Amino acid sequence: MADWKESVENIVYSGRIKVPYKWYVGEVGSRFLTGLRDNKEFWGTKCPKCSKVYVPPVKNCGECFALTNEWVKVKDTGTLESFTVVDYSHAMQPVKAPIIYGLVKLDGASGSILHMIGNVKREDLKVGMKVKAVFADKREGTILDIKHFAPA
Amino acid sequence: MEKIAIVGVGQTTYERSKIETFDELVFEAATKALKDAGGEIGDIDNIITVSNDFWDGRTISSMAIQDAAGSWGKDISTVEGDGTFGALYGMMRILSGSFNTTLVVSHMKGSESIMNLITNAMFDPIYQRSLGIDATSSAALQARMYMEMSGAKEEDLALVSVKNHKNAKNNPFAQLPMDITVDDVMKSKRLADPLKVLDCSPISDGAAAVVLANEKGLKRFKKDPVWINGVGHTSDSYTLGYRDLAKPRALKDASQKAFKMAGIKDPLKELDVCELYDAYSYMELMWYEGIGLAKEGKGAELIKSGETGIDGSLPVNPSGGVISAHPVLVAGLARLIEATLQVRGEADKRQIKGAKTALAQGINGPCGQAHCVFVVGT
Ligand SMILES: [Zn+2]
Repeated sequence: MADWKESVENIVYSGRIKVPYKWYVGEVGSRFLTGLRDNKEFWGTKCPKCSKVYVPPVKNCGECFALTNEWVKVKDTGTLESFTVVDYSHAMQPVKAPIIYGLVKLDGASGSILHMIGNVKREDLKVGMKVKAVFADKREGTILDIKHFAPA
Repeated sequence: MEKIAIVGVGQTTYERSKIETFDELVFEAATKALKDAGGEIGDIDNIITVSNDFWDGRTISSMAIQDAAGSWGKDISTVEGDGTFGALYGMMRILSGSFNTTLVVSHMKGSESIMNLITNAMFDPIYQRSLGIDATSSAALQARMYMEMSGAKEEDLALVSVKNHKNAKNNPFAQLPMDITVDDVMKSKRLADPLKVLDCSPISDGAAAVVLANEKGLKRFKKDPVWINGVGHTSDSYTLGYRDLAKPRALKDASQKAFKMAGIKDPLKELDVCELYDAYSYMELMWYEGIGLAKEGKGAELIKSGETGIDGSLPVNPSGGVISAHPVLVAGLARLIEATLQVRGEADKRQIKGAKTALAQGINGPCGQAHCVFVVGT
């Protein structure tokens, strides 16, 4: 701690940064979110080189640096690859703690998708458990059109 | 390749809520590094500053501290990422042939904003940010994947906290020197299961700086050089879910490059000390495996063997590590400084006797997306 604090009052200036922003979701993202919103469907893109199916979709495979130009529909069910129960609350969280996050490998996809896990007691959570997407009643074309994944 | 040396190092103490400004912290670290090198600002050909706009609360944060970094009338450039990447870039700038010396300085005041909100902003705004994920909750997902892959228990992860906080008692720069037990870690508040308070690094403020030079530039300074014998840096996928979180292939690749350059075949035998980026307890075990100190999934066995303890054959984080002070962006540079002090024999109470070759690691991006590995020696 600086020694000047003994002789000078330590003044703190408090501010707040709040900047409106919009992000264009792009071609593959817009298709993906439209599929969730309108049809409760998960669509991914497939790499022509390594055959990985990315959900959410990517425009190019990071591994192969190739355009992923084939659309593949995957299931709304999958396997829980990891999870955490978050017991603290902060302004950026969409719901109050405790929140369960999970990485869900959808059936037919190669990687996993990050989302919340609901309708489950924390002691019943298990890596490898089957889960199924629960959709929000009111869907607006965002990732929160999926309410959460719940035990299948 | 031309040899590059670390000739000066400087760091502030690491604390929560330091009352010094960014500029004051940068000036302190920069002047300490120059003094340590036995030189002056006039001996510096170019400067790299390391900062992050979200944490500083201003855009182009790197330009705001240029006066404090001594950059008037000099060529400057900036890195937004861990300080090890700043050191790497500083080294490359000398290797480009344009400069003989570089000052690299990194600063962080984690206490001036809200860590969870800032780290939430590192995630993709469309697919992940709005879920409210942050550094700790994403690390928790990684910790569980690692535990599933390796069979490591929460008590095994806790051993890292116990070891490193105890080591921090020998480091006057560390923020959290503590005598704790596995039981203390297990009983600490659950933040994001399986991670508890004592599995997590603290919020920290501080700054660090290094002076780099080639053989020509070294003549300007009084200090004996510590040579960068090897360096490697590799990135993996940004998106959680697109990479195997339990297996740090980017670290594996980065350390293999560094070892090849340094002529190291068996790191467990040939390294004398390691400073790793243990932002969360489990990370140290994972990084053992990435570096090749332990086989895949066997990190817990290595720490249990005592080999990485302060009296072991390869002490890891004798400084107390990142879990004992985590000024983000600075923390990797602090590892490089610790490695430098060790091979100089100037690490005071935390000195590993006879250390000749040391490894320092920095990470960048969520859950250790990118890694930068340095091997230094005298
Ligand atoms: Zn591919």
